[in-house]
Amino acid sequence: MGATGEIASERAPGRTEPVRTTAAPAAAGKQPDGRAFGIETIGMTKIFGSLNALDDVSITVGRGEFHALLGENGAGKSTLVKCIMGFYQPTRGQLLVNGKETAILGPGDARAAGIGMVYQHFTLVPCLTVAENMVVSRASVPRVVNWRREIEALEDFMERMPFRVPLHAPVSSLSAGEKQKLEILKQLYLNLHFLILDEPTSVLTPHEADEVLGLMRDMARKKQITVLMITHKFREVTAFADRVSVLRRGCYVGGGAVRDLTTDEMSRMMIGDAPVRKSVERTHSVVSDICLELDGIVADHDEGLPAVQGVDLKIRGGEIVGIAGVSGNGQAQLVEAISGQRPLRDGRILINGEPFHSTRSDFDRFRVFGLPEEPLKNATVPRMSVAENIAFRTFDKPPTASLGWWLSVKVMRDRAKELIRQYRVKTPTPNTPIEYLSGGNIQRTVLARELSGKVRVLIVANPCFGLDFASVAEIRAQIIEQRNRGAAILLVSEDLDEILELSDRVAVMLEGRINYVSPIADTDRNTIGKHMAGRLDV
Amino acid sequence: MIGEVTATILIALLGGAIRVSTPFMFVALGETLTEKSGRINLGLEGNLVLGAMVAYAISFETGWPWLGVAAAGTSGLILGMLHGWICSLPRVNDIAVGIAMMSLGLGLAFFFGKPYIQPAAPRLEPLALGSWTDSPALSKALEVNPLFLLGIVVAVVMWWALANTRWGLIIRVTGGSEPAARAMGVHPDRVRVLATAAGGFLAGVGGAFLSLSYPGSWNEGLSSGQGLMAVVLVIFARWNPLRCILAALLFGAAGALGPALQSVGISQGYYFFNAAPYILTLLIMVASARSNASAREAPGELSITK
Repeated sequence: MGATGEIASERAPGRTEPVRTTAAPAAAGKQPDGRAFGIETIGMTKIFGSLNALDDVSITVGRGEFHALLGENGAGKSTLVKCIMGFYQPTRGQLLVNGKETAILGPGDARAAGIGMVYQHFTLVPCLTVAENMVVSRASVPRVVNWRREIEALEDFMERMPFRVPLHAPVSSLSAGEKQKLEILKQLYLNLHFLILDEPTSVLTPHEADEVLGLMRDMARKKQITVLMITHKFREVTAFADRVSVLRRGCYVGGGAVRDLTTDEMSRMMIGDAPVRKSVERTHSVVSDICLELDGIVADHDEGLPAVQGVDLKIRGGEIVGIAGVSGNGQAQLVEAISGQRPLRDGRILINGEPFHSTRSDFDRFRVFGLPEEPLKNATVPRMSVAENIAFRTFDKPPTASLGWWLSVKVMRDRAKELIRQYRVKTPTPNTPIEYLSGGNIQRTVLARELSGKVRVLIVANPCFGLDFASVAEIRAQIIEQRNRGAAILLVSEDLDEILELSDRVAVMLEGRINYVSPIADTDRNTIGKHMAGRLDV
Repeated sequence: MIGEVTATILIALLGGAIRVSTPFMFVALGETLTEKSGRINLGLEGNLVLGAMVAYAISFETGWPWLGVAAAGTSGLILGMLHGWICSLPRVNDIAVGIAMMSLGLGLAFFFGKPYIQPAAPRLEPLALGSWTDSPALSKALEVNPLFLLGIVVAVVMWWALANTRWGLIIRVTGGSEPAARAMGVHPDRVRVLATAAGGFLAGVGGAFLSLSYPGSWNEGLSSGQGLMAVVLVIFARWNPLRCILAALLFGAAGALGPALQSVGISQGYYFFNAAPYILTLLIMVASARSNASAREAPGELSITK
């Protein structure tokens, strides 16, 4: 057995000398000043079938620059970066690395050229330890690994880094923030001097995000690295980036030095002239007799470890309670436990003082609805049609069903057509499998199903993740509207801005517990961030 | 009297464990290697039986049992490679292919094995590790086949290599996360083909033990599902080669339970006790389905754990 040469795809035509990746363990991680280099794309174009994913994009990222790549989902940011990294071959266009034209035929070539990427989805191997993950990421893993020497070298390397990760912990036991840090450490350990970060802060606390990005900016200032960061958060662009390039629908639409641009100008470049639904006025103090009460909720992870460890929370009608927190602190499990997707190990859910069990009849009786995260996975059956997916709540009741079992396809389809029109779902026909729809339209379909009746309790998790601006505005408006009609709403979101915009009260979840609750008027981003990190002393 | 009977049963169990465990061990090690790379090969029963047939035939034709062992391994290697290659085609399910490969291996063995059911081939000579004792039962129990010792060596080497060598890490990365492997510039399919082929080789060698040592002849009912049970054994051993040895010994002892009881005159329920390995298999399946540790240690890319 032996896959000779699997890992050593080190050839790189036109590679220039200072960017070579050597991986002698002792030298790995040393960052002598001035090894950063710039890159430039010229007329980069990528066509998939009939879709122009990238259309003649030319950007320049100078040596030692912190460059932000801004754009909505589907604007072509990922495609551009994948062309640079060699995952895609551009249909047309060139890449200049350090001023020399370089052909990158695969990720191995990119690495040999000194370009590394931190992905939004982690590329760590969960069943390996931190040390194993780092060693294995090197271009040449020694045939036989001398662990004592490697560990020494790694400890040495960690000493020089501003943040650390325990070397012997299996990656599966790390928090999302630690994983993100490890991804960045790994790139530095590999001596890569051009780092592409794909939305690097989505899983970090505001404090962690500032720490990590601040560190990267300092290294860039010293010309140790060049950073190209994909993001849609203006705050990060204005706080850390030197220059910005904005993409929309595959085209370069503007950019320049960040200090010359206002957030308004950047967002106009990013969104274009698309009409954005104005946010609904929040009616003050809605009176309603609904009350959702979580009483000591305990639930486990898939692997049986505790995830939610005794959550108590009371939500009145006409109130949105936003649960903030870094992902992986039990929020997902809490939502699943309430919506019946995960067994409760302990605790009770009460609605108006009556116990609520996640059965179909209780959902109906108490009028509990939900917008779970990743709706395609959690709220729909991907291969069933849009009409069938819309009928999930009503298919077994009149008028769709007679006698409780005989379904009328016509009633189902007519109702679906009406809701598709009302919620502006873009679908070829009501019979199209829902998996063919775009993310925004899938979420609209779920909204149509969940919000078209009378709602008394609404459970929402990351409702706008990965959606374009127009959809985001619309979905948030719908949630506020339900609040104004008197529904009790639990909102879990990893996007702190979303929490701040929508909530009447904020709660912070850390390690399975709620450690902070406050009316929105009495708190601010900073206080919430400290509680998210569990560092009350900072 | 009671003590004597217990001693007889225990010695018979020990001897049985050593004798019967070898094919379990080889197949389980082969399966561990394959599963560590992120694929399941349910077809190892086919490799086992084809290996048994090929080993017997080559030993009979050439007179060299060790050449038979090598040929058995090679036949397993080819079957494994075929499995790995078919599974690398897009949208192919490794479990379905495994079952097909099992039928193929059995079919080939039965087809080419017909002429070798009668003749007697030279067998692998056991090492008499029990010459120090006066007890004939114990010294018989300690007649250890070299393949058993080889199996232990393979297990230790595999355990060490998975943690300390480049190939070991590459296999574990491929089995743990395919995107991570791709990001490393590793071709997951290529690693898996090689791991499946190597696993197939080991299963073939396990087959050679069946026909050349114990029971020590070739016929069509030789294996009775040991290759399938070994797959369960891997879950029980939680993908750890060292635990594979222990698990194989346990299964071997379970398999020897019926004959051991018969040797002291308890023949009631003989067939029931012979079914002990199958019952053990079921119990382990139930227990491991409830075990969270097993879920944590399973390679992330396995189609059954996804």
